[in-house]
Amino acid sequence: MATVTLKPTKTPDIMLEANAITPDAFAGKTASQIAGLEGRVGKTYVTLGDFFEVSGNAGATAAETDIVVAGDCSRVKYIGSKMTAGTVTVKGNADMYVGGWMKGGKIHITGNVHSFCGIAMEGGEILVDGNAENHVGCAYRGDWRGMKGGTIRIKGNAGNDIGTFMLGGTIIVEGDVFIHVSTHAEGGTVIVKGNVEGRVGGQMVKGTIYVFGAIKFMMPGFKKVDRVELEVDGTKATFDHYIGDLGERHTKSKGKEIFADLYVKV
Amino acid sequence: MSEITGEILIKGGFIIDPAQKIDGDVGDIAIKDGKIVDRVSNAAKVIDAKGKVVMAGGVDVHSHVAGPKVNVGRLFRPEDKLFKSGITHAPTRMEMGFSIPSVLKTGYDYARMGYGFVMEAAMPPIHAPHVHEEIHDTPIIDEGALPVFGNNWFVMEYLKKGEVENTAAYIAWLLKVTKGFGVKVVNPGGTAAWAWGMNCLGIEDHVPYFDVTPHEIMTGLMAANEYLGLPHSIHVHQNNLGNPGNYPTTLESLKLAEGVKTHNKFGREQVMHSTHLQFHSYGGDSWANFCSKAKEVMDYVNKQKNITIDLGCVTLDETTTMTADGPFEHHLHALNHLKWANVDVEMETAAGVVPYIYDKDVVPNGVQWATGLELALYAKDPMRTFITTDHPNAGPFIRYPRVIKWLMNQKSREAVLASMKKVDKVIDLTNIHTIDRELNLYEIAAMTRTGPAKCLGLCNYYGSLKPGMIADVAVYDLNYKNMPSDPEKIESAFLRSAAFVKSGEIVVREGEVLSHGHKKTVWVNPIMKENPQVKRDVAQSFAKDYTVGLTNYPVREYLAPHPFVIDVNVEA
Repeated sequence: MATVTLKPTKTPDIMLEANAITPDAFAGKTASQIAGLEGRVGKTYVTLGDFFEVSGNAGATAAETDIVVAGDCSRVKYIGSKMTAGTVTVKGNADMYVGGWMKGGKIHITGNVHSFCGIAMEGGEILVDGNAENHVGCAYRGDWRGMKGGTIRIKGNAGNDIGTFMLGGTIIVEGDVFIHVSTHAEGGTVIVKGNVEGRVGGQMVKGTIYVFGAIKFMMPGFKKVDRVELEVDGTKATFDHYIGDLGERHTKSKGKEIFADLYVKV
Repeated sequence: MSEITGEILIKGGFIIDPAQKIDGDVGDIAIKDGKIVDRVSNAAKVIDAKGKVVMAGGVDVHSHVAGPKVNVGRLFRPEDKLFKSGITHAPTRMEMGFSIPSVLKTGYDYARMGYGFVMEAAMPPIHAPHVHEEIHDTPIIDEGALPVFGNNWFVMEYLKKGEVENTAAYIAWLLKVTKGFGVKVVNPGGTAAWAWGMNCLGIEDHVPYFDVTPHEIMTGLMAANEYLGLPHSIHVHQNNLGNPGNYPTTLESLKLAEGVKTHNKFGREQVMHSTHLQFHSYGGDSWANFCSKAKEVMDYVNKQKNITIDLGCVTLDETTTMTADGPFEHHLHALNHLKWANVDVEMETAAGVVPYIYDKDVVPNGVQWATGLELALYAKDPMRTFITTDHPNAGPFIRYPRVIKWLMNQKSREAVLASMKKVDKVIDLTNIHTIDRELNLYEIAAMTRTGPAKCLGLCNYYGSLKPGMIADVAVYDLNYKNMPSDPEKIESAFLRSAAFVKSGEIVVREGEVLSHGHKKTVWVNPIMKENPQVKRDVAQSFAKDYTVGLTNYPVREYLAPHPFVIDVNVEA
């Protein structure tokens, strides 16, 4: 394994779109080649070297490349987007689209992330030690094909629109979530350890949601069917089991209608 | 509009011009002040076309590129733009989208392909100002727009009583106020029925309330169109689009042209243009036995000389369907469960928009792909058969070069067929596998420029390299004497023209756009004696039914600031 370290040297005036900060783009390149990789600020092209001091050469492949960004990236977008292997660690905050359309590998953000973290993700892992803003693991605007696989774990709180149009994979928020969880989802799992304000599972066709705290405003389209003992993310507890969204179309399997499942801890 | 001046000489290319029956002769094309001329001076700018093919600019007979439903598609499909909008380089401006490109990308992409004229295929009359604003914002290409008449309340009221002259007077008025080009008919009667949640699937079905049939609407509009002597014929999107077993309805509609004579001074020979025929050429009675009836349909088209058709080829892409056929879009939404937009346009029409993914591994989609190509391959007269994708309904227009590749090269068709998961099934349900015909460049030129120009009544302006024509000239990097063995080179040559001269100005070199050109809006101005009854009917209806006043309805001059008006003197 080879480690490439990026040390921020300058804060961009407008956001830096750094789609190149991925093990895939770095693989096989020297530190100076990496510093020459392209980024965008508004309608102008820049290089990573304009904003970071790069040290260390990358490994031969993405899987053999670890990237450490040693500092704050509050104004850097698209870190680790579309990556397929290797790791990215940001020691600080990151802006929007961390790990968007990601297929594999691992991302660790020690601070907070802005919105669209893990958007349309297909595989791999994202770990955020702080909070996330809105649209964690959601679909791109307008698209009906959301997160398909992989795991996102937010240790803090998250905002709105978590797992919209989700098809697969897992999102775990260890803190609280505001509104809209798994809206329109047709698969996947969302686990919220804290409380949710409301609109959980609206127009959800398939998939699973676990809520450990309270849901302040329950959707009328969910119906309680039973009470079950479950082990969820390493914790055993008793949950009320709801099915829904009863206002949506649902597919049938062996003559039985398939609903989305919502489990709320008793 | 600033006049285009200057001389250009396109030198030593293989010239292909079906209008003059020129097929690959090596020669020069001279251009002066925006027109093709016999010769130019030594001062002319020279474009070296040696070893390359030279054709007139392409003419698209049917494409949805401007107006409210196109914009609904753009607005409700932001994902159509994802990862498809790079940083642009001067002189071009930002380009966006794939199946529903932005106006700029629309103009640039058509120009890159060497197209000079595009017909917007469905203009809701009340939204004509919006259509013209978008047309004006689309650079380079000349455009016209066809207002829709097939579900218009005035038309249905007049035709219920068989009043062809009043229908004609209403058409003349509407073309003037909307700056429209001709008579479009979409699912005649069916779209009106949709306001009652119904449809007209057969041509003898009754339209609720109006008590008129699709048969009567088409026959009446055809008679009114010839009464006026418009440049284009009626342009028909037939009933029962897209459904298994719809081809008998298609043949019944086409037969309405039998015995009808053309009446025009524009060189047009057909009385009905039947659009995106692929969507209307299906057999079977369910999606399980859904099959191609392209042969049966083309057998009829081949012998019936007063009709023209365009293909509507499925290109196997993710695209956005949009049509004034409101009930069809609802039906499609119920099939694929994707998002659906629907609108009723007061008094006139309706529209729907639904995204659709044509998947080569889904049997009916494979059958549709084959059906579109079969229509072209069974066609005996390329001057009556035009290449389209009903953009964006069956695929985006930037796939025309791919369709051309499939038509010119059997190997490339077979490769697509072989890549289908259920290839055997698709072969059983279609004829494509049995056809070894490969179209040549002369036939392609007829199907993409000379034929469509004639069908639109524009053969005195577009579609040929004769002296006097508007100087739209495309140069493609294909050697007429030595065509590439790799079919991909056919597609890339037609996608990025080596050079494109639009109205006497070089707008594209090596596939790169150099200029925003001098686009024009083409519309038809019928000049006829005032019809007092129609005048009164229109005034009354605007006072009683419309949500806008009559004075606010017409398209203002400033919305079409570069007009190219074709006057039609109607002899009464």
